[in-house]
Amino acid sequence: MALQDKYAQLIQSANDMGVANLAVAEQDGVLHVSGTAKSTADYDALWGLYAQLDPNMASGDLMMNIDIKADAGAQLRVTTDSTNLNIRATPSTEGEIVGKAGHNEVVTLVEKTDDSWWKIRTADGEEGYAYAQYLSPEA
Amino acid sequence: MFVTQKNIFGAYNCFNKKIISLKYLFVEDIFYFVVLFQNQKISKVMKLTKFFSGALLIAALAFSVSACKSGPKDADIEKAVKEKLAATPDMASTAVSVKDGVVTLSGECKDDACKAGCEAAVKTVEGVKSVTNNCTVKPVVTTPPPASLTTTLDAATQQKVKDGLKDIKGVTVTFDGEKAVLAGEVSKTDRMKIMQMLSSAKVKSDVSKLMDKK
Repeated sequence: MALQDKYAQLIQSANDMGVANLAVAEQDGVLHVSGTAKSTADYDALWGLYAQLDPNMASGDLMMNIDIKADAGAQLRVTTDSTNLNIRATPSTEGEIVGKAGHNEVVTLVEKTDDSWWKIRTADGEEGYAYAQYLSPEA
Repeated sequence: MFVTQKNIFGAYNCFNKKIISLKYLFVEDIFYFVVLFQNQKISKVMKLTKFFSGALLIAALAFSVSACKSGPKDADIEKAVKEKLAATPDMASTAVSVKDGVVTLSGECKDDACKAGCEAAVKTVEGVKSVTNNCTVKPVVTTPPPASLTTTLDAATQQKVKDGLKDIKGVTVTFDGEKAVLAGEVSKTDRMKIMQMLSSAKVKSDVSKLMDKK
């Protein structure tokens, strides 16, 4: 239970924030935490706490599989550094590029295909798969 | 004329009489005691002709003052209680207040045993008449294990990791058994992005060769 103690503050915070379906388990020296945060702010706060509890997140002893609540129809902001986000025909970088969403543009979630790829629709009606890492649900 | 004046003590509550001040005057070789009581407008002046009897009276008063104390003062009890609790890390954050020997504890305890232990420890402190335990017990957080823990590093998962790293310059990834081994130099922001990407893909990682950008 040592890892649960190390990350006790994080688990407590996740509880206090009301992270949905929060689940915690320790296996083979790695603490797995999963759930759905209510907002991007909560998600960022949890990751900030992780970086604080485990400097540089270098121990490799926590797998925080937390996503942010976003149902179909939710508004997502494109959070690339500055570039456009590719919209592809299939959920892979191998997929043909069928459109682009600009940096900071707001798009609509069609479905969460998997943890990495989400199907989105832009204001211009372009629809396809984009990398979820660069999409933040709007509060 | 030789005069000295000294305060012996200030307000003191003894025998239900509040003495506001007690001082003595020494005029040549005659002692005067000035005792000012709270409920009396006129202060009492005792004249003592001999230095020796004055000294005796001081001794007698000092004795009655110490005899008047029935036990440690609240402040002393509070200090002792806090010291006692500080010895146990789980109890150190408990808030303590003392009034007439009655100790009130408040704060959050880890569990019921800690709460009871706190109370028992405080009862052993000298001067404590009773303990009011207002501590609350932290609700137990029970969380079920996640449905799935890690995914196997199959070709599709490896591709996901590569996709996630595509826009992050200066980082290479190799796959060793069930771990993604990352190397290179990254900024703090990129490091967090990488960890978020690996976590969402449920991929175990070795980031020991991932250095901070200078």
